[in-house]
Formats: sequence, structure tokens, C-alpha cells
Amino acid sequence: MKHFNLILLTLLLPVCMMGQQRISGKITDSKKRPLQGVNIAIKDTYDGATSGADGSYSFTTDSKGSQYITATLLGYTSQEQKIFITGPQEVNIIMRNNINDLKVVTISAGSFEASDEGKTTVLKPLDIVTTAGAGADIVNALKTLPGTQQTNDREGLFVRGGTGYETQTFIDGMMVRNPFFSGLPDQPGRGRFSPFLFKGTTFSSGGYSAQYGQGLSSALILESTDLPQRSSYTLGASVIGINGGLEELMKDKKGSFGVEADYTNLGPYLGVVKPKYAFSKDPEIIGTSANFRRKTSSTGMIKFYGYYNRTNMGTIRPSLEYPGFDELFELKNQNVYTNLTYKESLGHDWKLNAGFSFSANTDDINLDTLQKSSPLQGKNQSQLTQARVVLTKGFGQYSVLRFGGEYQYGVEKSNFGGWRANYVDNYTAGFIESDIYITPRLVGRVGGRAEYTSIISKANIAPRASLAYRLTANSQVSFAYGEFYQKPEQQYLRFKHDLGFTRATHYIASYQLVSKNYTFRVEGFYKKYHDLVKTGIDTSTSGTGYAKGIEVFWRDKKTLKNTDYWISYSYLDTKRNYLNYPFEVQPDFAAKHTLSVVYKYYIPAITTNLGVTYSFSTGRPYYNPNLPENKFMSEKTMTYNSVGVSASYLTSIRKAFTIFVLSVSNAPNIKQVYGYRYSTDKLRRQEIVPNMPRFIYLGMFMNFGVDRRQDVINNL
Amino acid sequence: MKRILFSICLLVGLASFSMAQSAQYEGAMTKQVALLDDSTNFNPDKLLEIANTFERIGAAEKTQWLPFYYASYCYVMSSLMQKNNDKVDDLSDKAAVNIEQAEAISPKNDEISCVKSLIATSRIRVDPMSRGMKYGMESASLLVQANQINQENPRVYMLQGQSLFFTPEQFGGSKTEAKKKFEVALQKFSTFKPASSIAPHWGEAYTKGLLAQIK
Repeated sequence: MKHFNLILLTLLLPVCMMGQQRISGKITDSKKRPLQGVNIAIKDTYDGATSGADGSYSFTTDSKGSQYITATLLGYTSQEQKIFITGPQEVNIIMRNNINDLKVVTISAGSFEASDEGKTTVLKPLDIVTTAGAGADIVNALKTLPGTQQTNDREGLFVRGGTGYETQTFIDGMMVRNPFFSGLPDQPGRGRFSPFLFKGTTFSSGGYSAQYGQGLSSALILESTDLPQRSSYTLGASVIGINGGLEELMKDKKGSFGVEADYTNLGPYLGVVKPKYAFSKDPEIIGTSANFRRKTSSTGMIKFYGYYNRTNMGTIRPSLEYPGFDELFELKNQNVYTNLTYKESLGHDWKLNAGFSFSANTDDINLDTLQKSSPLQGKNQSQLTQARVVLTKGFGQYSVLRFGGEYQYGVEKSNFGGWRANYVDNYTAGFIESDIYITPRLVGRVGGRAEYTSIISKANIAPRASLAYRLTANSQVSFAYGEFYQKPEQQYLRFKHDLGFTRATHYIASYQLVSKNYTFRVEGFYKKYHDLVKTGIDTSTSGTGYAKGIEVFWRDKKTLKNTDYWISYSYLDTKRNYLNYPFEVQPDFAAKHTLSVVYKYYIPAITTNLGVTYSFSTGRPYYNPNLPENKFMSEKTMTYNSVGVSASYLTSIRKAFTIFVLSVSNAPNIKQVYGYRYSTDKLRRQEIVPNMPRFIYLGMFMNFGVDRRQDVINNL
Repeated sequence: MKRILFSICLLVGLASFSMAQSAQYEGAMTKQVALLDDSTNFNPDKLLEIANTFERIGAAEKTQWLPFYYASYCYVMSSLMQKNNDKVDDLSDKAAVNIEQAEAISPKNDEISCVKSLIATSRIRVDPMSRGMKYGMESASLLVQANQINQENPRVYMLQGQSLFFTPEQFGGSKTEAKKKFEVALQKFSTFKPASSIAPHWGEAYTKGLLAQIK
């Protein structure tokens, strides 16, 4: 009987343990505001509840004695509290905001980062090319960001009082020697790279990482895409050419390869729309590219990218020196670029990035004052071979140490009417840099770069430092300081080898507020130039200068329906005494005020996108040789205004995703004058104006396999 | 003898305790799944409340994939129903965390692939311009994966049809193709036997609803 009782007791044990107790309470945040939707539970049991609109909750539980009560809610740190259940109980819990990885402060002074990784980056990769009138050119699109100049009469990206030469372009860490097509006089060369090659773009207008060198003003850092999701094929036709390509994802999904080819010829277009100056040879471009990507392990990847371009063009324009005669300018360009990179995690928080690149560029130039002189031939050749290794070691949650080195072997050959000036340069650099998180709110980056270049037999050490502090979840302040060195331009090194490095010192302070739909940034900078190239009787690096200014950026993706717009304003005060300048003066590539407005509107009913880009800048100084020397660069050109518009219509033709595109640069055909050129006797002058002030582009693109129409639209 | 008897008693007691535990699981799950089958509960806030309960069950039953699966399902459905885009990413993240826990317990599961596909779909909405391609393809390939695991799962065809149904024709959508998928889905629903009363069995009524809109 005793045993039977025992059995009964054992069987009933679970039942006996039931004796339900009510747990209730209120959940608030640290400011005592009630929190709804909090998941409250007795740890490791089903018992719990969800808090209501007033933050209160209640539930019953069978648990007794010492227990843990947990509370979890999105965006808040989970709370765990020990309780002792003997009877009904009230448990009030205060939740604290979560500082998660996404809200950790990042180094941001001086840089605009476009990437898919972060949810609140200022711009997405596609956004940077979402610009009517930019014509699928990364650099043209970047000209809608603050800090840039609307210099459309010369090659390159002019940033914060710097020349185009002061901006360097990097692909996967490797320098690109000729990122722009060789252009005709007074016309900018387009960028050579399709925006679709890159998953991330960082445009740094100053104070950038010690990983990069040889750019006094700015670095454009491009990161190539990884494996495609699936195979695809493209075909395109427009008023100026045709293109086609394929990208194959291998069967094991661990590798891919792609080839592309395009042919552009402006001949038919020029038959309809007459340019200001006639072409002796209609611009013709043949381009091919190939890429290969292979995963070598779960963390390792090898990437290859290479292209070959060939351009041929020539103009005839009235001679300024010899009235009644014409000047012929013909250019043949060939360009090869290859880039091979490898990255792998080595374990224990070590990462390796290594790369090798080779590029070669040849410009054949033919100059002739027709019927007046015999032609003059010139040839410029450059080759650059580069190797680079970077090691990264992670510490704790966020801090990292990076160090590495690079070597560049450059060959420059030039031949002008039989006159030769060739040289070879060996450049070596090493850098070390650390991002130190003092707290998740405060990060410091300190580092430096040491360089030696054989052509001028000089070395330098460039310290750099940044600091960023997060004020609230969405806002932060940043500061940056850095020394930047660059070799003088090739055209001076050819003739003189005992020059020094040119140098700039950057100081930057910025505030930014970034949420999903809005971005606001304001940045102030001061840049001091030392040792700029001075020409004259004896070329030397004794020039000086400065640039200072304030820039504002505002982007809004939400307020207006189906609309995304951004506004950039830059104020720039810069003077320099370099080249043949007699004293410090505002240079001819710098405008005091620059404004850009980019506006995009999507009409879902007819699947059509409209875009408008407006750019403005105040007049730029130009040199009038008829004025006394103390009036050097005192005259200014007219203000610059440009309106680009675009429209695109999406449809499907059988199995192909198809898009029709119409885009017009400088649609109202506003007159633009970039400067004036004077004859040697100072009697005649010629306006520097675009050869085709308005350009109308009509095209059709078809994609098979992958819908890339959105990319194309975003490219307008 | 006493000792043996005592041991037996103890064993029986333990068995009844664990049976109670399992019965508790079945009971709690049946109750919650029934809530999901009731269309009046299909609103963004109520779904989050149900998700909380599934999360609690999941936290207590560390070897069952269904609580995590349903928690994820509730989060992604709530995300898809949100009027405001601001919450979509956070809810999708929560859904993703839960479905990964489910997948760790039950790898190569077609139902799990279906929910993962839904999560990718929900993320597109935040920024269709730059996310459409990446997540659209991810969503589609997850459904292909699910179909490879189990060709009889009606939800795969239903989700493929849904994607065709809501995608504008200019972007490759098609109501007639969607209709074909829905018809296959309904045929599969008619023969589909859920592994248990609490195994995933949603979607039939919804499929019929969408199909009715085409006819």
C-alpha cells in the first residue's frame, strides 16, 4: 500500500507542481515611455506574454522558485532579470537601446561611400550613376557630389581646388594609370570603366587612408563585383554604336567568366547634327573586355579583369595664329589594362589581399596647320606595372590593423617631331594604419605612408589621422588630417629629374545625418599646398597655394512620391602660385560656387523613368594677356548652366528584358564658355566651348537571363 | 524489491513528465498554429505577438525546428504587410535569424527554403531600384532549391505564381504564367499531406483567392 502511494505520488508529481502564479508588470524605455511588443518570458519555458500599447503585460506560470525573466524587443538590448516566484509578482523592466554593428561609428570625413553592404550608406553604387546627362560615366555622375568642379573642358575629376592630375583612381587597390579616354583639345575624355563592373565606390574628397598614395586631392576607390547570380547575355544599339556581351556562371557556381565588345562611331550622328568644328576623322572606338572570377575556398577569391581599347579621331578648326588657315589635330589611342587580385582569410583574424596589374597606353598625335606647314608627329607611350600586398589583422569586435606595401615600375616614352624624352621610374611604398574603436561611438584611425621614387631620388613620410564620434543613432561628427605627396606630372619629369614631391596638407571637419530616406552632410576643409611645380626659366617645386571651403549635401528619397532627389552645394576659396603664375591667384579651373540638383521621377503606370540634372557654377578666371601683370586671371567667364534630361521606357520583347532610352545633355542648349585662348600677338581670341554643346542619345538595350534594365535606367 | 519498485515508480514518473512536456509542446504549437489558420489574426501587430510566442517555445524546445520556422514565418508575413518601409529590414532580419536557427536543426528543408525566399522578396521593397535584381534572383533560386528537395510541395508553385502575379509584365511578370503555377499548386495541395497537424500547411485559400482574381 505504501508502495502504491508512492507510485501515485510520482505519477501525480507533475500535477502537484502546478500551482499557477501570475506575473505582471510594465516595460518601458530608459525615458519611462511604455514599449509595445516586448517579448517577456520565463527563461526556458513557454510561459510569457507580449506587452501591450501601454507597456503592460501579464501571464501565469507554473514555474516556481528561482527563475530568470527575459525581455526582448527589436532595436533594444535583451534584458534578463533573476526573480524568485513564491506568489503573484510584479516585474517592471527598463529596456535600453541597442548599439548594434550597423550603428557603429565609421570613418567618414572627406569621403562618400557607395556600397550595398551598409543599409544607410549615402549612395548606392547605382545611385552614383543615376544622373541625367552623365552618360553612364562614373566621373560625370560624381560631378553632382559636393567638392567637385564642373570642368568640362579638360580631363579628370577636379576636387577642392585641385587639378585633375591630383585625383587618383584605384580598382581593387590597384592604381589605374589612364582612367580616361584620351580626348581632343578642350574636351574631356570619358572614363574608361563601366559602372556595372563595381559593387562599391568610394569617392574621397580628402583625408583618405594611408593605403593609397600619389593623389594630392582625391582618391576614387572602386571595388569590383564578385560572382554573378546567374549567366546572362546583353545586346545594345544606339545612334552612336552597338555592343554585346555575355557573362557565364560556371556549373559549380564557384567561378564565372565574361566577355564584352563594343563599337562606337559618331559618323552617322554627325551627318545629322553638325558640330561646331568639323571632324577630319569621325570619332571611332573599338572596345573589348574580359573578366574571370574564381572562388579558391569559402573565403578565397581570384579575380581577373582586362580590357583593350582603340580610338581614332581628328578635328579641323580655324587657326588662331594664322587667320584663314585651319589646324588639324588627329589622335590614335591604344590602351590596355589588366588587373589580377587575390584575397583570402588566413585564420586568427588575419586577411590577405594581393594584386598585380599592368597597363599600357599609346597616343599617336598628328598636328598640322593645313597648307601652311608640314605636319608634326608626336607619340606618347606609358607603361605601368604594379604589385601590392596588404595584410589585415582584426582585434576585438571592430578594431583592425592594416599594413602592406607596393611597387610600381613605370616607363614613360615621348617623341615629338623627332625630339625624345624618355624615363623609367621605380616607385616603392609601405604603409601601416590602424582603426581603433575606443568605444562603439568613438573611433580613431592613425597611420602613415612612406614612399620612395627613383626618378627624383626622393622619399617622404606622410602621416594621416581621422577621428569620428557618433552623436546619435543616425548622426556623427568626423575630423581628418593628413599629409599627401605626389610626383610632379609626367610632362615636367620628362625634362627635369631633380624636382621634389609636391605636397598638400588636409584638415577636414564634417557632420552627417544619415537615415534610410534622408541624408544631410556638411563639411568644411582647409588644404595647404606646398612645393607645387613652378615653370619659367627654371622648373622647380617651389609653388604654393591653399584651398578652403564649405560643402553641403542633401538627399531625400521619401518626401515626394516616386521621387528621389539630391542637392549639392560647394563654396570654394582657392589660390595658388604655380606653373607660370606671377603670384597666388584663383586658378582657371576653380569656380567659387558650384551647385548640382539631381531629380528622378518614376511613373509606374507606364514603367517610365524621368530624370533631370541641373548644374551651375559661377564664372572661372581666365588669363587675358592684354592686361598688366597685376591683373593676372582677374577676368571671369560667364556662369555655367547645364540641364540634362532623360527618359527611359521598360518593356519585354519575347524573352528579352528591353529598355528604350532617350537622353539629352544640355537640353536647352545654353551657351557655355570655359575660357578664352589668345593668339601670340594678343590680337585675336577664341572662346573655349564644347564642340557639341547638346548631345541627343537614343538607344535600345536587351538583356537575356538577368533583368538589367534598372541598371540602364539608373545610368541615364 | 523496494528499491526496484521505487525505480519503476521513478521511471514511470519521469516518463509521464516527459510525455507531459511533449504534450505541452504539441498543445502549445497546435494552439498557435490554429491562430495562424484564423485569417482574423493576419495583421502585422497580431502576427508579431504570435511570433513572440513561437520564439518562447523555440527557446524552450531547442531541438524542434517548427517553432523557429513559424516565428520566422510570422515576422516575414508581418514585414510584407507593413505599411511603412522603415520596419521592413528589421523584421526581415528577425525572420532571417529565426529561419537560420530552424535550418540549423533541419537542413535541406523545402519549407524553410520557401520562407527564406519570402524574406528575400520582402527586402526588395525597401529599395527596389538597387535591390530588385539581387534579392529577386535570390528569392527565385531559393524556390528552385525548395522544388529540388520536394517536387510535391504546393507552396513552391504558389510562391512562384505569386511572384509572376505581382511582377508587372514589363518586368517579366505574367498573369497567364501565374495562373498555370497556381493550378499546379492547387493540384499539389489536393494531394499534399502535412507530416503532422502542426507541420506547414498554409497557402491553399490564398492561392484560390489569387486565382479568382485572374479568372
